[in-house]
Amino acid sequence: MTALRRVAGKLGALLLTLFLASLLVFFSRFLVPGDPIRFLLRGRQPSPEAVAQVTEQYGLDLPPWQQYLSWVAGILQGDFGRSLQYRQDVSTVIGERLPVTVGLVVMAGSLIAIFGLIAGIVAALNRGRMLDRATLTGLTALGAIPSFVGSIVLIAVFAVQLGWFPSFGSGDGGIDTVYHLVLPSIALASVFIVLVGKVTRSSMVEQLGREHVEVATSRGLKRGTVIRRHVFRNAIGPILTVSGLLVAGLLVASSIVESAFGLAGIGSLLVQSVDRLDFPVVQAIVLLVVTAFVVVNAIIDILEPWIDPRSAAGAGAR
Amino acid sequence: MTTPTLAVEVLRAPRAHPANATFLVSIGVVALMTLAAIFAPFLAPYDPDQVDLAALHSGPTPAHWLGTDALGRDILSRMMFGARTALLGPLLVVVSSTVLGILLGLLAGWRGGWIDAVLGRIFDVVFAFPSLLIAIMAVALFGKGLVAPVIAMSIAYAPFVARLTRSLVASERSRPYVSAYRVQGFSGRWIALRRVLPNVTPIIGAQSTLNFGYVLAELAALSFLGLGVQPPTADWGAMINEAQAGLVGGYFLPAIVPAVAVVIVVVAVNVIGEELSDRIGGAIA
Repeated sequence: MTALRRVAGKLGALLLTLFLASLLVFFSRFLVPGDPIRFLLRGRQPSPEAVAQVTEQYGLDLPPWQQYLSWVAGILQGDFGRSLQYRQDVSTVIGERLPVTVGLVVMAGSLIAIFGLIAGIVAALNRGRMLDRATLTGLTALGAIPSFVGSIVLIAVFAVQLGWFPSFGSGDGGIDTVYHLVLPSIALASVFIVLVGKVTRSSMVEQLGREHVEVATSRGLKRGTVIRRHVFRNAIGPILTVSGLLVAGLLVASSIVESAFGLAGIGSLLVQSVDRLDFPVVQAIVLLVVTAFVVVNAIIDILEPWIDPRSAAGAGAR
Repeated sequence: MTTPTLAVEVLRAPRAHPANATFLVSIGVVALMTLAAIFAPFLAPYDPDQVDLAALHSGPTPAHWLGTDALGRDILSRMMFGARTALLGPLLVVVSSTVLGILLGLLAGWRGGWIDAVLGRIFDVVFAFPSLLIAIMAVALFGKGLVAPVIAMSIAYAPFVARLTRSLVASERSRPYVSAYRVQGFSGRWIALRRVLPNVTPIIGAQSTLNFGYVLAELAALSFLGLGVQPPTADWGAMINEAQAGLVGGYFLPAIVPAVAVVIVVVAVNVIGEELSDRIGGAIA
């Protein structure tokens, strides 16, 4: 019962945040002074058809709150309006480019999970020793390299100088696409490996110092078992929380990496749409990124008591 | 129990921590970059926009220490002028987000109640928008350049400062010195602004120093994407953007030099920020 009420509360908070975010995304346009038609058709021929289309799409002849309602109603049915640069539905344009971004984020996410966890665990188990300090220094150095710098360096070294990997495009699908996404996913993952690695380390170190770990060790349990069952299991909460926070960062950073490597994903589409004054597409992608971030964090928040029962017990005691 | 105020402890702290070499080098690096930016017109060997068709993509030579780019412009001179936008942008963002964040955080932490709840909800919504996304959105609305992104990022970073300020102020409020002033009849606003604020400012300052590095990287990324400072203006991010085409041809220098500069400044600023928050953190503990 209490679990149900808790989930309902979280869902309510999720919907409220999404609602407020959608208000922000929609009404941001009203910050621009002057005629909305002139804003939306900047850099384009304001032909009667174009004016009619934009007026219809944004419901510009309606009062603002009705404009918002019809916009939201459209989005809930998958209708994000029409792209001004492609003369296609925004949903079609985004749909075509989504697979590349998903592939990139999945590959980068795997790298982040593998190397972030390994770095954090290795450092924590050797805390205070050489290996710990070396790992931390390495992570700090990696963390100082922004993804656009990482992209440039990877292209220069591994694509141009050594010729091991392609520097442009996403390939012909399947294994070729994976091959094309190797360098971009490394560039995208690097900064986030640092965050996951550091959180994993500090969370593990905290658990290693706890009494229950000493008790488990003194009972004669194998070190591997203690680490797995008593240290890592308890340390996983903060790691998950940080992973949730990374989602938005990953999606936004993918716009940098996709642009650097010439990948046709939604990140480079966002940049290109800003460049070509295609506001409907910009609005749709911003809303998608924010929604992905809020939803993923809500899921992690809701699942937490099942992953880490202590958090539920703590909440109940309060 | 007399606990010295934070400001007193911070002033005492440096003696306990001998200055370490990395910290001093970092301060030196930032000072050097700042001087190069301010005095670029006097220090730069060439006009940053001067095209030399006889020296396209020249490597490092006595005439061009860091080589030239695809148009034969001197990279060292462009780096010096580029340091202006590279450092000024983050400085404006850090100062304005800190001021805005402190005001909002002080309001939320000192007043509490519904103001705190409403502000907290607003911060949550802003947190759902990554700062770079807000900056990109601002460019989509108000056009390319440095102005819209700087304003947008100031708003994006303010909630981080505000949340920190709020928690610090909330814990200061229950300290004995606050009630002591209250008993003496000082107004709440006076205590908050003249006594509590100076006590929490050092911690916030250290955090804002760390923000400087992130903002610098993000604004450079924006110029790299072609949405920030526009070519031909010399700017580190824009220089990398322009030099990208030459990478495939093996001309690394025009892209690598500004890229390395970004990393160096970010590292230096982070070292300074970490050291400051260590000193202040040590003073509190």
